[in-house]
Amino acid sequence: MSEKFDVIVVGAGPSGNAAAYTAAKAGLSVLQIERGEYPGSKNVQGAILYANALEQIIPDFREDAPLERHIIEQRMWVLDEQSFVGTHFRSDDYNKPPYNRYTIIRAQFDKWFSSKVKEAGALVICETTVDSLLMDGDQVVGVRCDRQGGEVFADVVILADGVNSTLARKAGFHGEIEAKNVALAVKEILFMPQETIEARFNVKDEEGVVIEMFGKITDGLMGTGFLYTNRDSITLGVGCMLSDFKENPNRTAPYAMLEKMKAHPSIAPLIAGGEMKEYCAHLIPEGGFYAVPKVVGNGWMIVGDSGGFVNATHREGSNLAMTTGRLAAETAIAAKTAGKGFNAKALANYKAALDESFVMKDLHKYRDMPNVFHDNSQFFTTYPELVNRAAQTMLTVDGIDKKTKEKEIFSSFRKSRTLAGLAGDAFKLWRAFR
Amino acid sequence: MHIVVCIKQVPDSAQIRVHPVTNTIMRQGVPAIVNPYDLFALEEALRLKDQFGGKVTMLCMGPPQAEDALKKCISFGADDAVLVTDRAFAGADTLATSYALAAAVRQISREQKVDIVFTGKQTIDGDTAQVGPGIAKRLGLQLLTYVSRIAEVDIENDRITVERRAEGGVQVLRTAMPCLITMLEGTNEMRFAPLENMIHAARYPVRKWSKEAAGIEDITKIGLKGSPTVVSKVFGPTPRAEKALMQSVEDASPRDVTLNVIQKIFTQHPTLERDILAKATV
Repeated sequence: MSEKFDVIVVGAGPSGNAAAYTAAKAGLSVLQIERGEYPGSKNVQGAILYANALEQIIPDFREDAPLERHIIEQRMWVLDEQSFVGTHFRSDDYNKPPYNRYTIIRAQFDKWFSSKVKEAGALVICETTVDSLLMDGDQVVGVRCDRQGGEVFADVVILADGVNSTLARKAGFHGEIEAKNVALAVKEILFMPQETIEARFNVKDEEGVVIEMFGKITDGLMGTGFLYTNRDSITLGVGCMLSDFKENPNRTAPYAMLEKMKAHPSIAPLIAGGEMKEYCAHLIPEGGFYAVPKVVGNGWMIVGDSGGFVNATHREGSNLAMTTGRLAAETAIAAKTAGKGFNAKALANYKAALDESFVMKDLHKYRDMPNVFHDNSQFFTTYPELVNRAAQTMLTVDGIDKKTKEKEIFSSFRKSRTLAGLAGDAFKLWRAFR
Repeated sequence: MHIVVCIKQVPDSAQIRVHPVTNTIMRQGVPAIVNPYDLFALEEALRLKDQFGGKVTMLCMGPPQAEDALKKCISFGADDAVLVTDRAFAGADTLATSYALAAAVRQISREQKVDIVFTGKQTIDGDTAQVGPGIAKRLGLQLLTYVSRIAEVDIENDRITVERRAEGGVQVLRTAMPCLITMLEGTNEMRFAPLENMIHAARYPVRKWSKEAAGIEDITKIGLKGSPTVVSKVFGPTPRAEKALMQSVEDASPRDVTLNVIQKIFTQHPTLERDILAKATV
């Protein structure tokens, strides 16, 4: 006889763990099913942990979660082949606990998060793949796994199965995921002594630095690069839209892009001597607001990457994942208490809660961003070059008067973009950020 | 039939990393697994249970998180699991470990008589193959090491016949039970647990025994105190010095090139030619 749980959570990433933890903590019987060898074995992220989303779930997480460094400085670099123009924001306010952001190593963090899920009372089983959803008419009533006797039932199934969202697709809840809506990112973890990192980035103890980059490193494709300081390693990665990789006439492979990035004269000295110990690749759903599918139905809810909950503009994902997971679990808890069944109507509050939260508000705010950048590659090619050249022209002292230099810079912009084009680009950006 | 299977939780050596700076082993983030050799022992035990009925009890000594390894064995079909865990066991070598495990087996056999104790051939982190024989010796069990097949079990007369891989052939051994078998790798294939077992295992309350519960009185025989082995130094293997020599030869045919190279090798190693010729004439 197959068992029945209150909630089945498919997947043990940030959204799945948040959902399983929240539901189990409230006393619901929870079964979490993960296909990897252990929770976290298949999970990849940059990785920055935004404290707030986790605080809402585990308020005292700082006591035992494996955290690397808290971020006190954020740099934004616009790169040319030889140079970069950038901004640094560093504040001692970020040194006052409780800290706002941390670098983490997901393999360790996920193990910790999963241990909390188990402590909360959820049953976690690994090395088990959910093949399909069990339906009773149009109501989801459980899942079928790839093991003998693999049917198990639940009032609510929370789909946290990641970016490919296989289960929802198979069940026909949404269509194929489009290449233009996912980014392919690759990263390396480079180990070096703690003192080296602290000297190179001007930090001490557990302080950390984030560098977000865009420009020539992405070979003219829509994408960004990043560098994060961990305790005794540096994470360096780059990602571009999958469709762009496909259509790129240069056929640059993601790892080749990363190699080129590592050789950039402004990046190479920061990572010199680092020993590469980990290489990962992952898809990130970056379609934004318009790519979010239907996320709730009869007996099911979609959370995290499976629902496309990533704010690409601000490089946020895991916090949206945890928040969606928590809200889905809270919806399930409320439905259980109300005792009026678990159909789409009974779970409708999940969508309402999402709309009320920063998750959908932020995605809505930046709804046009993916399209603007996608259709206007000048933001990743022409402008980085122009800005870098302008800086170089102004800062090189060579006997030419500043007025002439200004004219030269202006004409270089005019040559690359018409006045209308420049104004148009500014307008597009303003509209998208508004 | 009551079978005890001893396992160890080990770091997955395929994923282990040596810290590039401190040269120490980095266990952080390295997944812990059931020692792969032990799984052959478990599968063999489960097959005996399938055939003759009875019970399989898992036994492990280790830190609290070794509970996961035992739960995994429950999912494969083991009936009960005991984790012997106590700070006093820390730093144990194979002598101290076999002492503690032997005490625990004795304790388990007080609950129900034990017919066979299984262990893997060795662990992948220690590679000593000493703990199994150590337990057998301490409990006075018949010892069967490197067993590749269990040929026959005669429950009526407490007799067991096994095949043991030995240098140059296979030994067929018959002995009396209770006995201790260390199982060779590759002798069977672990079953795929049904979903029901996975859920049962996730829920299973592994029994945790302190040193007292395991029936250990003499604390000078366990942990660091009971371990005469001392790790004096840990270092990575030094790469071997380059042994290859470049020989430039200009003969036309491959045969001449080969003869020329052989001649040059013999010139550098005078005894080599004599040894090879001596062997060739035998």
